[in-house]
Amino acid sequence: MLTYKFDWAIVTSGKYFDWIVSGFYVTIKLSMVSIALSFLLGLIIAIMRMSHLRPVRWFAHGYLEFFRNTPLLVQIFFWYFGSYKVLPAVANDWLVKQDFEFAAAVIALTIYTSAFIAEDIRSGVRSIPKEQMEAARSSGFSYIRSMQYIILPQAVRLTIPPLINQFLNLMKNSSLAMTIGVAELMYQARQVESYTFKGFEAFSAATLVYLALSFTITGLMTLYDKKVLQPLKGR
Amino acid sequence: MIGGLDFSVVSDNLSYFFIGRYPKGPLGGVGLTLYLAVVSLALSFIGGLVLGLMSVSRNRLLRFGSSTVIQTIRGMPLLMVIFWMFFLLPAMLGSGMTASWTIIVALTLFTSAYMSEIVRAGIVGIPKGQTEAAISTGLSHGQAMFYIILPQALRNMIPSFVNQFVSMIKDTSLAFIVGVTELTQIATQINNRTMLYPTEIFIFIAVIYFVICFAFTELSRWLERRLAYRKAI
Repeated sequence: MLTYKFDWAIVTSGKYFDWIVSGFYVTIKLSMVSIALSFLLGLIIAIMRMSHLRPVRWFAHGYLEFFRNTPLLVQIFFWYFGSYKVLPAVANDWLVKQDFEFAAAVIALTIYTSAFIAEDIRSGVRSIPKEQMEAARSSGFSYIRSMQYIILPQAVRLTIPPLINQFLNLMKNSSLAMTIGVAELMYQARQVESYTFKGFEAFSAATLVYLALSFTITGLMTLYDKKVLQPLKGR
Repeated sequence: MIGGLDFSVVSDNLSYFFIGRYPKGPLGGVGLTLYLAVVSLALSFIGGLVLGLMSVSRNRLLRFGSSTVIQTIRGMPLLMVIFWMFFLLPAMLGSGMTASWTIIVALTLFTSAYMSEIVRAGIVGIPKGQTEAAISTGLSHGQAMFYIILPQALRNMIPSFVNQFVSMIKDTSLAFIVGVTELTQIATQINNRTMLYPTEIFIFIAVIYFVICFAFTELSRWLERRLAYRKAI
């Protein structure tokens, strides 16, 4: 350890710096695409989970339990290596024309995260008093419309802090995409390490980027709580 | 054959999936997954307790120290912690660490940070009057914590610990990356050897993980209900 010479220059400028930066971009892109899709999917699953039709509710429940109780890594491997046998031919053809590693990572992250988001949305909806729904129904809104105009807008406001938290988890989980060769931050840090043997510097740089991202997101959450939720409570 | 899938690859390798090459070789598969999870959970219980107690301490330095550690670890992906351990532990301790133990250290460090929040919430959740009553009967702050607050707080934390165990089982799959032969590693090995059945293999291990984790999730829910019931009496 004593003979180790630090060389911070390799991660602050030049080729290896560019690798880390490009890894950062891929991490951001992967997280942004996946959070948007998992919010949509999570919303659909949450609504299905609260449906009056028993089969629909059971399907949503099964979906939630299965994907929450299976490791993300296994899900990533399934979509990357094994999905071709269960997907229809059209979907396979479309997928191989995309950046397949990236697409598989997005699918796995989306499905995994949507299961968590659906539960967050559901508990947000359940915290809205039942009378709101009854009042909406009695003034002539259909179930879907009362959800759309009355319940969900209020629930989503309460769900934003847990959603930001899920985004934080998603951003950290996206590092697992390196196992199937998506060139995100973790992958690039490892790449720099294997090219230069300067692992300490490479991992420090990646750690700093992850910490900066995490603290920014946590800061946003605190800000939202202070500026939006607290004033509402005071009313 | 189920829906065009051929699960004979699973039945041919069933004991390899569950126990690896044990008893003729080292333990692997589901056995190793559970071993890693149980050992890491036990160790991170201690780590979480220490960090949690530090974060409710009256000493500002201890509070600052624990919150720095907790925030830093919670801000990183688990994968990053694993790579750091693989990189730093040999440098600090020489080459004596096996891959399994390095993973256990990484999982312990990572989970301790999350566990400490559970411990802290548990301690804060005990009404303040308890501490005051304990101190007014002549106990010191430390004694009040160990004899009065912690025993009650720990009982309330049990469901959260079980939940953490579920996360831990899922997290052990990351040991695959450094070549520890737990369930996910076994699955990729068999997949690399047979080449033709990735779908069957990964569906099978997903189901195994699901069965184990779901059982513990249900246990945690049951414990929570029972706890709420006992509190209501």
